[in-house]
Amino acid sequence: MAEAVLEVEDLHTYFFNRRGVLKAVDGVSFTLYRGETLGLVGESGCGKSMTALSIVRLVPRPAARIVRGQVRLRGEDLLAKSEREMRQVRGRRIAMILQDPQASLNPVFTIGNQLVEAFAVQRRWPRRRLWTLAAEALRHVKVPEAARRLYDFPHQLSGGMKQRVVGAIALAGAPEVLIADEPTTALDVTIQLQFLRLLKELQAETQMAMLFITHDFGIVARLCDRVAVMYAGRIVEQGPVRAVFRQPAHPYTQALMASVPRLDVKVDTLATIEGQPPALDALPEGCRFAPRCPYVERRCQQAYPPMVPLQADHAAACWRLEG
Amino acid sequence: MYRYVARRCLQALLALLVLSAVVFGLVRLTGDPTLLMLPEDASAEDIARLRRALGLDRPLPVQYWIFLRNALQGDFGRSIRGQVPVRDLIAERFPYSLRLAAASFAITLLLAVPLGVLAAVYKGSWLDRLAQVVAVLGQSLPMFWVGILLIQVFAVQLRLLPSGGTGSVAHYVLPAFTLGWWLVAGIMRLLRSSMLEVLDSEFVKLARLKGLSEARVIWKHALRNALIPVVTFGGIYLAVLITAAILVETVFAWPGLGRLVYEAIVFRDFPVVQAVVLLTAALVIVSSLVVDILYAYLDPRIRYG
Ligand SMILES: Nc1ncnc2c1ncn2[C@@H]1O[C@H](COP(=O)(O)OP(=O)(O)OP(=O)(O)O)[C@@H](O)[C@H]1O
Ligand SMILES: [Mg+2]
Repeated sequence: MAEAVLEVEDLHTYFFNRRGVLKAVDGVSFTLYRGETLGLVGESGCGKSMTALSIVRLVPRPAARIVRGQVRLRGEDLLAKSEREMRQVRGRRIAMILQDPQASLNPVFTIGNQLVEAFAVQRRWPRRRLWTLAAEALRHVKVPEAARRLYDFPHQLSGGMKQRVVGAIALAGAPEVLIADEPTTALDVTIQLQFLRLLKELQAETQMAMLFITHDFGIVARLCDRVAVMYAGRIVEQGPVRAVFRQPAHPYTQALMASVPRLDVKVDTLATIEGQPPALDALPEGCRFAPRCPYVERRCQQAYPPMVPLQADHAAACWRLEG
Repeated sequence: MYRYVARRCLQALLALLVLSAVVFGLVRLTGDPTLLMLPEDASAEDIARLRRALGLDRPLPVQYWIFLRNALQGDFGRSIRGQVPVRDLIAERFPYSLRLAAASFAITLLLAVPLGVLAAVYKGSWLDRLAQVVAVLGQSLPMFWVGILLIQVFAVQLRLLPSGGTGSVAHYVLPAFTLGWWLVAGIMRLLRSSMLEVLDSEFVKLARLKGLSEARVIWKHALRNALIPVVTFGGIYLAVLITAAILVETVFAWPGLGRLVYEAIVFRDFPVVQAVVLLTAALVIVSSLVVDILYAYLDPRIRYG
């Protein structure tokens, strides 16, 4: 399990606008290994989607720019690649399921057209064969009556089916890395869980590495091997799911755990965190969580804490852990 | 799709029927045409005879039915001024208008679509700014003034192009550009803003995620969607274009329908005015029908409603 596929190191992606600089991603590092699933959790707006889009170099232009850092795919630096070279990476080596599957399909083309296109970028086959391949791909993600669905337009499909189509498109290139940005609301929880389970099944076949972006600790607990907790543009804690759940080390993770209804335990009162995350265009000096942290000290407000290793592969960014 | 088209065709037919009734009614409202046709000192008997000859003594519904039947056969009576059948006048002039409209429409498609797309893709660039200037001028300058200015520069001073009339391809350039500029401006601005919106959409992001070339993302995925609102508004532009043609034809001495109706109004030649009004209104109805069908073709959500 030590075969690193994707390494993100000290990634910074900023938005530049008239009012100033918004640090959507501000020093994110993590590694994805072959065959594993890493969960990226955090509150809305903490920079999860921007991290994912930075990896495939599709941040909104010209407002956002990747300022610093490295993204290595099996050792190759993606940030150094030309746009042309990146096109060889997208879809084929890194695929991504966008946050809004409903809006991800082009309303004016058939499912078949859009699916065939995903295959056609990699192989110059006659259309007939590509069409067969597309039907096969839909069957693979368990879309009923796959061959007929190819002639449908997106608006004729249910939300869950659309998500599967988007999944089939993502898997068309047999990617080494699959990023799945979970829809915030749109879909029903059980349908979502079903879909992610399906992805896990397919992962078992291909050993692709997966990055699940989610708000939901339940999903992390059920489907992920490791978890990274993000807060205001940074990863504050990272480690194996078990370790992080048993012994959350960062005060933010602890507060999150306390506020999430546990899967097995009924919780009557939710311990919520006071206050709001800081605005990303007006970040405090030092630790970003300091204004809300119950254990805040002087040094927290002076400098950002380093990532402190705790046990095997478990680390958190908090001064208290330094001792 | 067929149901939709059939329904729209039926609506268009209905609109045509209503339109013909309105034109028929308006003509009756403007007074007794026999008074215009006969000398002032005509006797009551003369008038009655003419009324009988023209069928004006029959009940209105019967008259309407005859009017409709004649109109369908292209019989709009005789021009008061030239004493020739109105049909012949229209048959002579209509092709000129059609050719001018086709030329300006071709210019529009050739310029507005690439300009609108590129202005959106390279938003904020010099190309975008240039396109904006072209658009603002095209929509704010009065068309007849643009026409006169173009004549002044290209015909009178540079002597590159003829100032009016027909004959060669060169004769088309100035009137077609005068008419086309305004259209280019309108369509380009519409397309630019709808492209900007579409380029920001999730499905464009997904198209890029598939590893498609930028050309394919823009000209296939984005443009097809961006065209939908443009086509909707395009129908309105087409209708305005038909009226605008009157101005431009007059400025450039272009022997089309616009000029014909202008002359007819000046000489109070009612049969001609009536026929041209009927014809242009029918054109507007038919073109809006075409636009709606095109719209349905572009947007499957309408097609399979
Ligand atoms: N187009 C944009 N222009 C300016 N700021 C943006 C833009 N898109 C995102 N941001 C900002 O970047 C930050 C990170 O956004 P991102 O979409 O990565 O959040 P997220 O963690 O994915 O949130 P969610 O869970 O709601 O999807 C947010 O604070 C947001 O305000
Ligand atoms: Mg997001």
